[in-house]
Amino acid sequence: MEDQKLVYMDHAATTAVHPEVVKAMIPYLHNHFGNPSSIYSIAREAKEAIDSARAKVALSLKTKPDEIFFTSGGTESDNWAIKGVAFANRRRGDHIITSKIEHHAVLHTCQYLEKQGFSVTYLPVDQYGLVDPVELERSITDRTTLVSVMYANNEIGTIEPVKELASITHEYGAYFHTDAVQAVGHMPVPVDGTEIDLLSLSGHKFNGPKGTGALYIRKGVRIDNILHGGAQERNRRAGTENLAGIVGMGKAIELATTGLEEKGARIRAMRDRLISGIQELIPHTRLNGHPSKRLPGNLNISFEFIEGESMLLLLDSFGICASTGSACTSGSLEPSHVLLATGMPAEIAHGSLRLTLDVENTDEEVKYVLRTLPKVVSRLRDMSPLGKQAT
Amino acid sequence: MYSKTVMDHFMNPRNVGEIENPDGVGEVGNPVCGDIMKIFLKIDDNRITDAKFKTFGCGAAIASSSMATELIKGKSLEDAWEVTNKAVAEALEGLPPIKMHCSVLAEEGIHQAINDYRARRNLAPWEEKAHAHHDEKEDCGCTTCNTG
Repeated sequence: MEDQKLVYMDHAATTAVHPEVVKAMIPYLHNHFGNPSSIYSIAREAKEAIDSARAKVALSLKTKPDEIFFTSGGTESDNWAIKGVAFANRRRGDHIITSKIEHHAVLHTCQYLEKQGFSVTYLPVDQYGLVDPVELERSITDRTTLVSVMYANNEIGTIEPVKELASITHEYGAYFHTDAVQAVGHMPVPVDGTEIDLLSLSGHKFNGPKGTGALYIRKGVRIDNILHGGAQERNRRAGTENLAGIVGMGKAIELATTGLEEKGARIRAMRDRLISGIQELIPHTRLNGHPSKRLPGNLNISFEFIEGESMLLLLDSFGICASTGSACTSGSLEPSHVLLATGMPAEIAHGSLRLTLDVENTDEEVKYVLRTLPKVVSRLRDMSPLGKQAT
Repeated sequence: MYSKTVMDHFMNPRNVGEIENPDGVGEVGNPVCGDIMKIFLKIDDNRITDAKFKTFGCGAAIASSSMATELIKGKSLEDAWEVTNKAVAEALEGLPPIKMHCSVLAEEGIHQAINDYRARRNLAPWEEKAHAHHDEKEDCGCTTCNTG
């Protein structure tokens, strides 16, 4: 166990900062530390660095720099988009639509708004985790001011039909927000040619630093500020800029979106080998999420008769970092709300395993996981009173 | 998040398996909540001569089953009945608050197995102490306690 290498397959949780990103950030921690709002030269350098990072983020989303606003991460971006639009447009309507499988940054924000007197519709999903545009048409009214549906799901990787959902939303005069935290840097996410009004992204999901993020706000969207104070971010988001972080995220998004298609194909190939290998070697499994409309690096499989946390502990003892939808790791009683929304019985949801791959994973690591996982599963099944059927 | 002893009993669980022709069997928990524990007892002359378990659950559930079976082996039925969830948790050098539920399952599993033995001998079941398994303030995370 001691001399074992680490196989990190939890990139949807977070990623390591890319060495080139670290290199780009260091000058802005020390030499060019100036406050971008000041007027002397080191401050101007800081200001220019932020502008350059903004241009890089804008380029990756195929939009203009003045529609990009830096935040502290995906959670702040989601909070800002949802609360900001809800409150700014309250006189027009008090209805918000989202989906049942959103990240908690969206779900809990919507629940807060319900306490503030807004009404929220949580759209159901099908067995693959897809939101049906027909369901949106059925729920949307002239009181609806905002629809928020994620670009791709963090647990099961399902890619939602956001373009179509955004068009429907505009037909009814509401704004469309998408939490693209899992998608940006992993698949092309252009906002031009779409009717997306707001989009959240997070730096640490694509080898940028933690505590960095951005919100794309289409010009003309009526949105309130949620952080009040100084005039930073063109009077929209107060607080001294996270200079080194912003520079790092700019570099990271540039690196992540370079050769995106090729990297995606390589990651998808490894992921698919893992899926077919697991299905071949281990009986009584279920693939969660959509077979093709999914993020290239995402794999989510349920193993019947066993529980996810014990699976993670054993995998960890073999140096493999993974994630599960079991309640036992979340500190709550319920297993993953995403898996339950797809109609999966709770006992199967407890046995789910999520592996999320990235370019730095290797074929060797895929083989190692395929050698290790069957041992782990059968060891737990041997211990399980439900496991008799499995052997 | 787990103590060394919990990890030891999870990685090298004692007494895993089933007993052929057991004298008492207890099964507690619920797959919907993510844990089921099955305890098998061999009883000779009012004494537990062997105990085994099969558990579907998290690391703490498996470690609690392992420790609980260790604690009751060799004990008289009366003494085994007194092995509380707290004793199991303490022997494991503590469990995270949300996982105390797992030690509760172990206590309940032992009680059920003992009462199963008594039922097979046409003896009246011993009475389960209602909610004796945790301090009132502590939320053990157990659905039975939360709804009860």
